[in-house]
Amino acid sequence: MPYAELDLEAGRRNGTVWVKLPNRHFDPEKGHRLYNRYLDELEYGEELGFDALGVNEHHQTAYGLMPSPIVTASALARRTSKTKIAILGSALPLRSHPLTVAEEHAMIDVISGGRLISGFVRGIGAEYHTFGVNPTFSHERFHEAHDLIVRAWTEPGPFSFRGRHYSVQYVNLWPRPYQKPHPPIWIPSQGSKETIDWASHPERRYAYLQTFSPAKVVARYLKMYRDTCKGYGYEASDSQLGWAVPVYVGETDQRARDEARAHFEAFRNVFVRMPLEMLLPPGYTSRESLKNVMKAKAQMFGDVTLEQALELGLFVCGSPATVLDNFKTYWSEMRFGNLLVMCQFGTLPADLTRSNLELFAREVMPALKRLA
Amino acid sequence: MSFTDTYVEVDGCRTRLRRGGAGAPLVYLHGASGAPVVMPFMEKLARRFDVLVPEHPGYGLSGEPEWLENIHDMAYFYLDFLKELNLEDAVIVGSSMGGWIALEMAVRDTSRISSLVLVSPAGIAAPGVQPADIFLMPPEEVIKNLFFDEKLAQARLAQPEDIDISLKNRHTTARLAWEPRLHDPFLPKWLHRIQVPVKIIWGRQDRILPVGILDELKRLLPKAQAHIVENCGHLPHAEKADEFVDLVCR
Repeated sequence: MPYAELDLEAGRRNGTVWVKLPNRHFDPEKGHRLYNRYLDELEYGEELGFDALGVNEHHQTAYGLMPSPIVTASALARRTSKTKIAILGSALPLRSHPLTVAEEHAMIDVISGGRLISGFVRGIGAEYHTFGVNPTFSHERFHEAHDLIVRAWTEPGPFSFRGRHYSVQYVNLWPRPYQKPHPPIWIPSQGSKETIDWASHPERRYAYLQTFSPAKVVARYLKMYRDTCKGYGYEASDSQLGWAVPVYVGETDQRARDEARAHFEAFRNVFVRMPLEMLLPPGYTSRESLKNVMKAKAQMFGDVTLEQALELGLFVCGSPATVLDNFKTYWSEMRFGNLLVMCQFGTLPADLTRSNLELFAREVMPALKRLA
Repeated sequence: MSFTDTYVEVDGCRTRLRRGGAGAPLVYLHGASGAPVVMPFMEKLARRFDVLVPEHPGYGLSGEPEWLENIHDMAYFYLDFLKELNLEDAVIVGSSMGGWIALEMAVRDTSRISSLVLVSPAGIAAPGVQPADIFLMPPEEVIKNLFFDEKLAQARLAQPEDIDISLKNRHTTARLAWEPRLHDPFLPKWLHRIQVPVKIIWGRQDRILPVGILDELKRLLPKAQAHIVENCGHLPHAEKADEFVDLVCR
């Protein structure tokens, strides 16, 4: 849900649209039109037959206008009746009180009659700068908040919870979630062994969703997830694996590329861009991973053209036949049971977003669903 | 003056310690970038003092104890350090983060401390004064902003860097000082407990912790002696070693 009206040159000059892009660049009237447009597009997704509509959380950035995915998910809960609503996810360590997440997700689950998919994330590095939360406690806070939320959803209240970061004398959730024992939990991630070890653990078996990464990297992490499950003594089901990727479908390959190019490149090279220190503050990842990122810095932090992105599998774009074909190939390698397509990205305008949604839903999605 | 380079075990943490000279004990507490080498000001001080230069837990070649979660843990560690090494009447010299540790130690217990020398200390926030965001700056940018004399910054940048150690130092600094940023909002309440003599030394052109913070610190520690070093950045002991050593010994 980008601020698509952004003055891209201002974003470029600032070096990043995260943390310190002055908020005078946000025009509330344009924001009003954008929010309603994006919500219309999400709602249209139900009509087009998508299984789920995804929303996410990002703070103080032109990259995404959803500091609270709760707000968008709530709106969708009332305006849709069949599709799942996936919050991908709530950034647990950024909350001062995780019970608010347990409560809000439970409300949406009850209002929607059990259509909520709960995603939990740590928030990205930039958000530790904007929120002031200490990134060296990020994992600890995440795990503790998760434990509190799941216990609040499942254990009879009232009970008391004693943690190192959160301490509550009376945990007694009203409302309890609609789904039993609780809404499915998904873990979106940019790829981390620690996250995979934790999410795939037999006690949890949470769906792992690899977000916006080159296809090779997606394949590596999804394989790591399967291998980790084997190490735990069970076979991962395809439904435990997911991939989130921007997609654009046009009438022909050439038209699709021409239509998507400027908008995808704005997404990749303006909206996503941020310096290393912002992306990975100390403690957000292990120092080993941080060192690896520093080595790959030039590749990760340089501009990427649409053609390079297609080559890398960062983006899937083309005629319906090409897109279907690409996904069939990727699916046979990775067997992801969940595919999250970002049909709006960067500055992609309403008319192209709509035709993209329609072409994907009508000419690609049915055949993809049959694969599973 | 030669320094020994050994390890001592305090609170279960293997702690690297350089020690040289003779006289009353003087413990130097380094700042966020550590104390990897024996610097000229340490040599000079060793003519008058028994100079001890530990690397803090979580920095340099010292261990990374699990108990290290905040600046208070570090203060208790150094109080134990003084006891473990049986130091008495120690001068505590702390630069930046090290100055903050010295303040946190001294509000708790000065029984083994004779005086404090705070060198552009962190630990106190001053209204209207915005410190540099060392966590959002690339490391090269931090170094450029440490010095008044650009040549010194260039010389520091030209030194080979141990990437593992600098990431470790940065991690521990974040652990202790990310939020609240580089200060303890509850520390001012207890500064009146510091009854030993305090000297404060600040570089006029400090771009990391601007000299404006000194006014607030003087208000909180009215008996402290304050010295501003001209043409000097965040590290007076490195940038103006002779003047710095004179001020400490005076």
